[in-house]
Amino acid sequence: MESTSVIGTANKKGQIFTEPRKLFFEAPRVPVFLTGSEVIKEAIRRASVDVMVAYPITPQSEAAALCGELFAEGYVGDYMRGESEFAVMSQCAGAAFGGARVFTTTAGPGTLRAFENFPMWAGARLPIQVIVTCRGINSPLSIQPDTLEISFLLDTGMMVWHAETAQDFFDWILMGYIVSEQPDVHLPLAVCCDGFFVTHTKDTINLTPADMTLPPYDPYRSPVPCMDMECPPVRMMRDPFVMKSNYISYATHASWQQEVRAACERSRKHTIPLLGGLIETENVDAEILIVASGTAVSQGREAIRLLNAEGLKVGLVKVKSLRPFPTEEIRQATKNAKWIIVPEFNVVGWLAREVRAIIDRNDRVIVGPHVAGGMTMPPEVIVEKIHQVIKAGKGELVHG
Amino acid sequence: MGKDKIRINEEFYDIMPPEYRELVESGTYGKEGRGWKDMGSSKELIEEHSLCAGCPESMAFRYILASLPAPEDTVMVGSTGCTSLVFPHVAVHNIHSLFGNQNAIATGLKRALMVRFPNKVKDVVVLAGDGATVDIGLDMTLQSWFRGEKFTTICFDNELYANTGGQESGLMQKGFVAKMAPVGKKFDKVRLPEIARESGCQYVVNMTASQPGKVEKVIRNAVYIARELGPTYVQIYTPCILEIGKQSMEGLQEMRDSEKPTERFAYKEYITDEAKAYLADLDAKRKAKATAQLAAK
Ligand SMILES: Cc1ncc(C[n+]2csc(CCOP(=O)(O)OP(=O)(O)O)c2C)c(N)n1
Ligand code: SF4
Ligand SMILES: [Mg+2]
Repeated sequence: MESTSVIGTANKKGQIFTEPRKLFFEAPRVPVFLTGSEVIKEAIRRASVDVMVAYPITPQSEAAALCGELFAEGYVGDYMRGESEFAVMSQCAGAAFGGARVFTTTAGPGTLRAFENFPMWAGARLPIQVIVTCRGINSPLSIQPDTLEISFLLDTGMMVWHAETAQDFFDWILMGYIVSEQPDVHLPLAVCCDGFFVTHTKDTINLTPADMTLPPYDPYRSPVPCMDMECPPVRMMRDPFVMKSNYISYATHASWQQEVRAACERSRKHTIPLLGGLIETENVDAEILIVASGTAVSQGREAIRLLNAEGLKVGLVKVKSLRPFPTEEIRQATKNAKWIIVPEFNVVGWLAREVRAIIDRNDRVIVGPHVAGGMTMPPEVIVEKIHQVIKAGKGELVHG
Repeated sequence: MGKDKIRINEEFYDIMPPEYRELVESGTYGKEGRGWKDMGSSKELIEEHSLCAGCPESMAFRYILASLPAPEDTVMVGSTGCTSLVFPHVAVHNIHSLFGNQNAIATGLKRALMVRFPNKVKDVVVLAGDGATVDIGLDMTLQSWFRGEKFTTICFDNELYANTGGQESGLMQKGFVAKMAPVGKKFDKVRLPEIARESGCQYVVNMTASQPGKVEKVIRNAVYIARELGPTYVQIYTPCILEIGKQSMEGLQEMRDSEKPTERFAYKEYITDEAKAYLADLDAKRKAKATAQLAAK
């Protein structure tokens, strides 16, 4: 049952099960020009996935269908189209309860349709990975990029990462399984990206070799029993908790909810070495900082280039993991900032809300700029916001 | 899983809970020809339950667990409702996740088990209430049948939402006055057995739990057929004595009254020709084996 015992052997497609760190950091990388959807397919080709469940919704349909081709070629154990996202996420749960490594993708209305499943996944400690290619939530009907749905995911108990680029995506899908499946974590992971901007654009991605794959999932390293009747069935409890209004019932529910959140926090020690930290920073000694996640980071970077040309120094914090939230990291990175600009692709400004909640002197946080409903955020909009902050005479700014 | 998997280390024998020791000593995992007659002489796979005293669900549950052909390799899927009060006491792996998603869970589970154990039979059996099967979960019930998923669906039909206090359900009889049906239910009892037949089920039975021998036969058939051919559906009347105003000892009579030939739970069976041939083949093999064993003696 030891997953390490298969390292170096080949699967039925002739791919070599490779030690994860070796696969991520030592295996040769080949640059390939692909769409984000194709990158998802290439990651799954190398992820030793047992079961994938698919359902069409723009902008993830293409990726989900491409993964079906992988099944037809024999790279994925089983693959099916579910009947709705609610059913899909339950099918994923069933497969994970049965000890499979499970993959699925969804977006916008699909994410919300599925919702009751997500806290259940976390509570049942199922290390399922779902790719969320964010899009608008009705009404009115929209298929355009918008990251509002991420804010709903934040309190499910799942790990939530927000990819900026297709390269992030490729690496994080593979690394995500390794973090999710650690016995002291064993939680589902939502790898989010901004739909279209990442899924439907082409970029040069450095891929690991196609003949190397992750070692398979070992369900017997789970902190809860795998439902396959290969280990003794136990009478789980004397009185079903749902029946009892008593201290034991309250304590069990309360402590399990805490344990799920604690497991999410424990994921840090596995995530940090793989992702190179929960955040990435540039020039955080600057007095103005942009804190962003997803493609807002790319737009922020462009804005910084324009501002540098004006002689204005602006730093950047790229937030990679939203759950666990990089509280200490952001506190450290923002400690010298006079102004913290949080550009976002949604109407509510959930990232600004998160940052405001954890730093001192949180009136430093400038909520926005925001775009929503599918609009792009030209870097000039961020530049303008920063000009406004300066013009309002808020603080003395160091040029340089 | 064989019985060897539940053995107790001798050092720890005395500190193991007595019910676990009994399970190891006289549980019927791996017993050929197990059935309801083992009840009383061997350890049942249901420890106890917190259903109302005399609730026919408890009888049906015990008969079903006694009748599963291979509990050592069976995983059950439940749903929210009165049955979810029993599952925590059941000694086969079982999953409760949400209300109504049981056939979706079973779909993923069965597929995972087929991927992980390609050379082994792992049975999946769903057991859920009528609200779960027919109302909130109908979509997933039917879709699993359309797809021909290879597992058994058992519905404990008590004709109402018992666990939430007796509200109207799709399987409730027309005219019945219940919570949320204050002037009586306006539409007919949903004909799920017929729908099951049209939706691709290989074997469908409508019955009550009054006769353990009958339950045993039906459950065994349903599991065997699902294993090889496709979905099977068993709808069992397990009256909610609490909500229909019966006493603890009246459940059995209520089932008997409702299974009379003209009543709604008269025994009805549908089986495809393929499934019939398969059962006949199994039977012939069993007989041949018994004859060979006799001859060897
Ligand atoms: C999403 C959701 N909606 C509603 C409920 C409340 N609920 C719990 S059990 C139940 C009724 C169960 O009825 P049935 O499936 O017939 O089982 P029974 O209790 O009658 O055996 C309901 C409505 C829930 N738990 N989850
Ligand atoms: S409420 Fe009805 S169905 Fe539920 S345990 Fe009591 S008698 Fe049985
Ligand atoms: Mg009911």
